[in-house]
Amino acid sequence: MNSLLLTGGRIIDPANNLDSQADLLVLNGKIAAIGPDATRLVPPDTERIDARGKVIAPGLIDLHVHFREPGQSAKETIATGTRAAARGGFTSVVCMPNTTPAIDNPGSVALIHEKAEREGVVNVYLTGAITRNIAGEELSPIGSLKQAGVVAITDDGRCVQSNELMRRALEYVRMFDLPVFDHCQDYSLVTDGVIHEGYWSTVLGLRGWPSIGEEVIVARNILLAELTGAQVHCQHISAEGSVKLLREARSRGVSISGEACPHHFTLTDAAIAGSEVFWDTDGGDWKPFFTNSNQLPFWPSYDTNFKMNPPLRSAQDRAAILDALVDGTLNIVCSDHAPHCDYEKDVEFDYAPFGITGLETELPLTLMALHHSGRLPLEKVIPLLTTGPARLLKLPKGTLSVGADGDITVFDPNQEWVFDKETSASKSANSPFYGWTLKGKVTTTVVAGKIVWQDTPAP
Amino acid sequence: MSWTRKHLLDIQSLSAAEIETVLDTARSFKAVGERAIKKVPALRGKTVVNLFIEPSTRTRISFELAAHRLSADVINFSAEASSLRKGETLKDTSRTLEALNADIIIVRHSATGAPHFLSRFLAASVINAGDGAHEHPTQALLDVFTIRECKGKIAGLNVTILGDILYSRVARSGIWALTKLGARVTLCGPSTLVPKVFEKLGCRVVHDVEEAVREADIINLLRIQHERQRRTMFPSIGEYTSLFGLNKARMAKTRPDVLIMHPGPINRGVEIDSSLADGPQSVILNQVTNGLAVRMAVLFLVNGGSEASLAQ
Repeated sequence: MNSLLLTGGRIIDPANNLDSQADLLVLNGKIAAIGPDATRLVPPDTERIDARGKVIAPGLIDLHVHFREPGQSAKETIATGTRAAARGGFTSVVCMPNTTPAIDNPGSVALIHEKAEREGVVNVYLTGAITRNIAGEELSPIGSLKQAGVVAITDDGRCVQSNELMRRALEYVRMFDLPVFDHCQDYSLVTDGVIHEGYWSTVLGLRGWPSIGEEVIVARNILLAELTGAQVHCQHISAEGSVKLLREARSRGVSISGEACPHHFTLTDAAIAGSEVFWDTDGGDWKPFFTNSNQLPFWPSYDTNFKMNPPLRSAQDRAAILDALVDGTLNIVCSDHAPHCDYEKDVEFDYAPFGITGLETELPLTLMALHHSGRLPLEKVIPLLTTGPARLLKLPKGTLSVGADGDITVFDPNQEWVFDKETSASKSANSPFYGWTLKGKVTTTVVAGKIVWQDTPAP
Repeated sequence: MSWTRKHLLDIQSLSAAEIETVLDTARSFKAVGERAIKKVPALRGKTVVNLFIEPSTRTRISFELAAHRLSADVINFSAEASSLRKGETLKDTSRTLEALNADIIIVRHSATGAPHFLSRFLAASVINAGDGAHEHPTQALLDVFTIRECKGKIAGLNVTILGDILYSRVARSGIWALTKLGARVTLCGPSTLVPKVFEKLGCRVVHDVEEAVREADIINLLRIQHERQRRTMFPSIGEYTSLFGLNKARMAKTRPDVLIMHPGPINRGVEIDSSLADGPQSVILNQVTNGLAVRMAVLFLVNGGSEASLAQ
């Protein structure tokens, strides 16, 4: 019998409206007891974790990661990706299907499930493609994908351009009760854009990726969700106009939702002109976090670690994303963890692939932007990373209910640390946040009662 | 004298004093070009590489001749961006060239920011000879040099830049150089190619060509860049010419002492009436001559040249 007792922490479990200082006992991989019962039931030889001064939360869930297997294992693997997740406090992740080949058939799903079982340290859930080979032309075998265990379907990385095909996909998935994720991007409007179309694309001479390219598809998805009744989830929302559309649709009860990524609510397109420009223009809210270290992070102009899709947008868009997280218009935070090799990123800005890693910085950046900034109390931030994704995907996760899986994240919301390329667990090193002093550190990550990450305090 | 930079990457980050330093230095080099013996030993023993990842004839020749006149050794390396993308990376190519002990690398690239990227890891000086739709610093410097030479000043002049602004690196560098030196800049062209956002760069944006040129001291024409354009930007070259082309009727409504500039290559009959390009108000060939002097000055300055050494 394996057992684990976490003592003296502040347990925040939004699923059960629980927020109190108590002990928590995990027995045989399941949550066994909280409070006095935990102390009473604890078996001898139980492993103990002193969680005083820390928060004990349900294991965090990230429903948008790219672990690159099969086919792109130079960038990331299930083994390295799940270790980065564990380090970031994530006990469950949802992988996108834009691998090589794409996950558009039950055989690929089985292969990755098996690999995750063998090599992963956290729970790995899979999504399947909406269309065969993510080509946007014909439906993939969605029913078979569901039977193989996918939790959603998406063509992430690409966006289904045909409105008719998207409509049929949504009608079809209703048989299977699967949510459909969409990477909202109208190709005819975005064309070959690489950064947000606005002041900085004008000054830097980089081709613009206009907000309207996202908003048009969000509007389409709202209309199709309303028409079909399917659950549509808009991925990595970046633009103010998208937020307005979603807010209005959700207020009418349309089955549509959206997610936000930390980079979109922390950075802006000014960052592509270099750190000095960013700190002078849009970095003001972040400067207080660097008063102790007394050193603002530096990066050059045209740094490809600031290139992702959708792109960093204006300060006004950033503010709209934050507001949407506060009022619930966006109810999920995820990383869009997108590793790329150094030699792929170390090129001209136009030629670099889109995407940055994010699992290890996600929780602290979210805490900084939402909690430490005074926008939300902790108990309102945690649902964005637990119950939000769990409910959308109908996963039995994101809760500390007795009997639930023993997935737990312990973090110190106030501990400051510097994110360092050398200690990152990801196979790739394409984050814009190296050298950042982050506030909030995961100290222990537990999956099914087993410790998969434990921070060793600096000497 | 105010120049301490190792690279010339863009005009945006230069101060007015730095721009004036280049112009003053260029004036000395222009005098060299008018001598019987047009060569000086300022860069003797130095190696200059023309790294052109986008086709160019006039800029490359101008830089090449500038380097020769300073007694440098010159290597030309040309490649299509597409072939470079398939094989060796720009980083590897440039480091290979640097391993041949290059002192100055002049880079022209269709990818914006490529010179900035190179400057991060090369020990050599990097000079931007045009990067995508971003900047073309030496073009702007030779333009303001020409204006100053003809008009005796920059501050207070009305300069109209007419044409495809959105995709133009010449326009961006020109806007920064002119506004830093105190000129008033008007941009004109189709609304799709001259969006309002350029007002945030300190310019006036108008879409009526007669209004744009009426008070101008300088009209700088830009070529319509078919190769950079999406097909949806304007209906046809014919319509562009009828709405925005500089012709005699429009010239008749300008100031008598207005000067016409063009970075070349000219599309005669498209953005400019053929006879105007050759007329008395055109300083297009002066720009070419001045380009040589300006590029000599830039090569000299990024290599650490000073006024004292120039006097020798």
